[in-house]
Amino acid sequence: MITGRAHKFGDNVNTDEIIPARYLNSTNPAELGMHCMEDIDKDFVNRAEPGDLIVAGSNFGCGSSREHAPIAIKAAGVSCVIAKTFARIFYRNAINIGLPILECPEAVDGISDGDKVEVDLNSGTIRNATTGAEFKAKPFPSFMRDIIESGGLINYARQRVIASRG
Amino acid sequence: MGQTITQKILAAHCGREYVEPGELINARVDLVLGNDITAPIAIKEFEKIGAEDVFDRHKIALVPDHSTPNKDIKSAELAKEVRLFARKHNIVNYFEVGRMGIEHALIPDQGLVVPGDLVIGADSHTCTYGAVGAFSTGVGSTDMAAAMALGEVWLKVPEAIKFVYYGRRGKWVGGKDLILYTIGRIGVDGALYSTMEFTGETIKSLPMHGRFTMCNMAIEAGGKNGIIAPDDITMDYMRARAKRTCRIYESDPDAVYKDVIEIDCSRIEPQVSLPNLPENAKTVSEIGDVRIDQAVIGSCTNGRIEDLREAAEVLRSRKVHPDVRLIVIPATQEIYLQAVKEGLAQIFVEAGGVFSTPTCGPCLGGHMGCLAAGERAIATTNRNFTGRMGHPTSEVYLSNPAVAAASAVMGRIASPEEVV
Repeated sequence: MITGRAHKFGDNVNTDEIIPARYLNSTNPAELGMHCMEDIDKDFVNRAEPGDLIVAGSNFGCGSSREHAPIAIKAAGVSCVIAKTFARIFYRNAINIGLPILECPEAVDGISDGDKVEVDLNSGTIRNATTGAEFKAKPFPSFMRDIIESGGLINYARQRVIASRG
Repeated sequence: MGQTITQKILAAHCGREYVEPGELINARVDLVLGNDITAPIAIKEFEKIGAEDVFDRHKIALVPDHSTPNKDIKSAELAKEVRLFARKHNIVNYFEVGRMGIEHALIPDQGLVVPGDLVIGADSHTCTYGAVGAFSTGVGSTDMAAAMALGEVWLKVPEAIKFVYYGRRGKWVGGKDLILYTIGRIGVDGALYSTMEFTGETIKSLPMHGRFTMCNMAIEAGGKNGIIAPDDITMDYMRARAKRTCRIYESDPDAVYKDVIEIDCSRIEPQVSLPNLPENAKTVSEIGDVRIDQAVIGSCTNGRIEDLREAAEVLRSRKVHPDVRLIVIPATQEIYLQAVKEGLAQIFVEAGGVFSTPTCGPCLGGHMGCLAAGERAIATTNRNFTGRMGHPTSEVYLSNPAVAAASAVMGRIASPEEVV
């Protein structure tokens, strides 16, 4: 069970805002995490407590393919991103690196900045503990659940490589 | 049931006759691409997989183009990781500084992508190669790592939107204007997860460089891929370049589209997208008096020789406005040399502009032209997000090369017709 406070953002939060290109000369998660959301919310990394959630509008993570974006969010201590929709490369990257994400427009509308939120990833249930409202996210297709349950794409690929060696 | 060109290419790469939009497939890849920003993470992840070697050293392309020639020690270390990996695994298509170019101009020019291919790249603008009738899409570094090990990628078969362009283009209206107009109409998530299939009589007569520009920006509408069915223009381009056999696919007459959008190109004027989203497209005459500090002509979107010719036509025998820095960046070494031979480099330098070695540099606010607080640029690049070219309070306006050149001369956003 994930529990934390919601940090709300609008539509079209892009990867340049999540992690500006000036920090892409590093691949170090801790370093990237220090600059998470810097150009859209300078104080975000100071306010965010470990376990907090990002709750955003549509097309979250649009723009570049940089995996540094979900890495920075994860390294900043964010436990889960709930959005109305995700841009497709960000969606893949989050699944592949094991950053929990959920698509649920109703939850986004029903959660305010600072609300306490509980998420059960197995059932896709999102509960606003501040208001008591409950929401259900779209379930992942089974193929993606396999990747998530393997612990990300790299573990999935490793299992395939080992299997191919017989 | 009929299939789109995209469905047919995906089906052919998973050994099937038919694939259904929405289904998840594991598809074979013809080329896996990465650059000096995305490949280092992919290499780290590749090592964790435990594969003895890459799946095929001929089917991986590594192009250090973003922070090169290296802007600082940290980016030099990343470029070095890519170089050492390329040497260790004998990667055939590694392009060193001096032989490289911006990946999405270089890869098709080198004939490394051909019609009918399935290409993934750890760079969002990998969708550019749809212009040759290939399926190509951007992915992340972990996807790149898995594909380097397995030669496969998981993909959801996309639904498609068909765009039908008709009517004669105006003199200063090119692929950039058509795509900015289109994104303005459907929005930055108007094609989310979908194929953008560009068709119609205007596309039939659109030269390759304009087709690359259009497919390149499919991602700016959230698209999974942009694609144009191969025709004589495509095959003329491929003939001297293709390193492999071309496989020509086209959409069936009864292919299913989730939407069909018709666009009358005779009514489109040169477009400018205002900060901070590519969807904020307006005609250049609507912009009003917007002063600029910098003009950037180049990038994977508009750094081809035809783009430079268009800019040079406007800049010939003219001077860049005293308050403006003009930066012209040919996309590859071959284009650079061609621009020198044709006298374009001389036109840019005599006008008072910079003529740079190929790099993505300023497009992403990396180097070679970052903006200070409150500064404003017009650029032929692809994104104008907050802080994209530098300081978070700086601004980027997107346009075609002729508009950027005219604006450099006037010191404000201007139509080429005001100058030429």
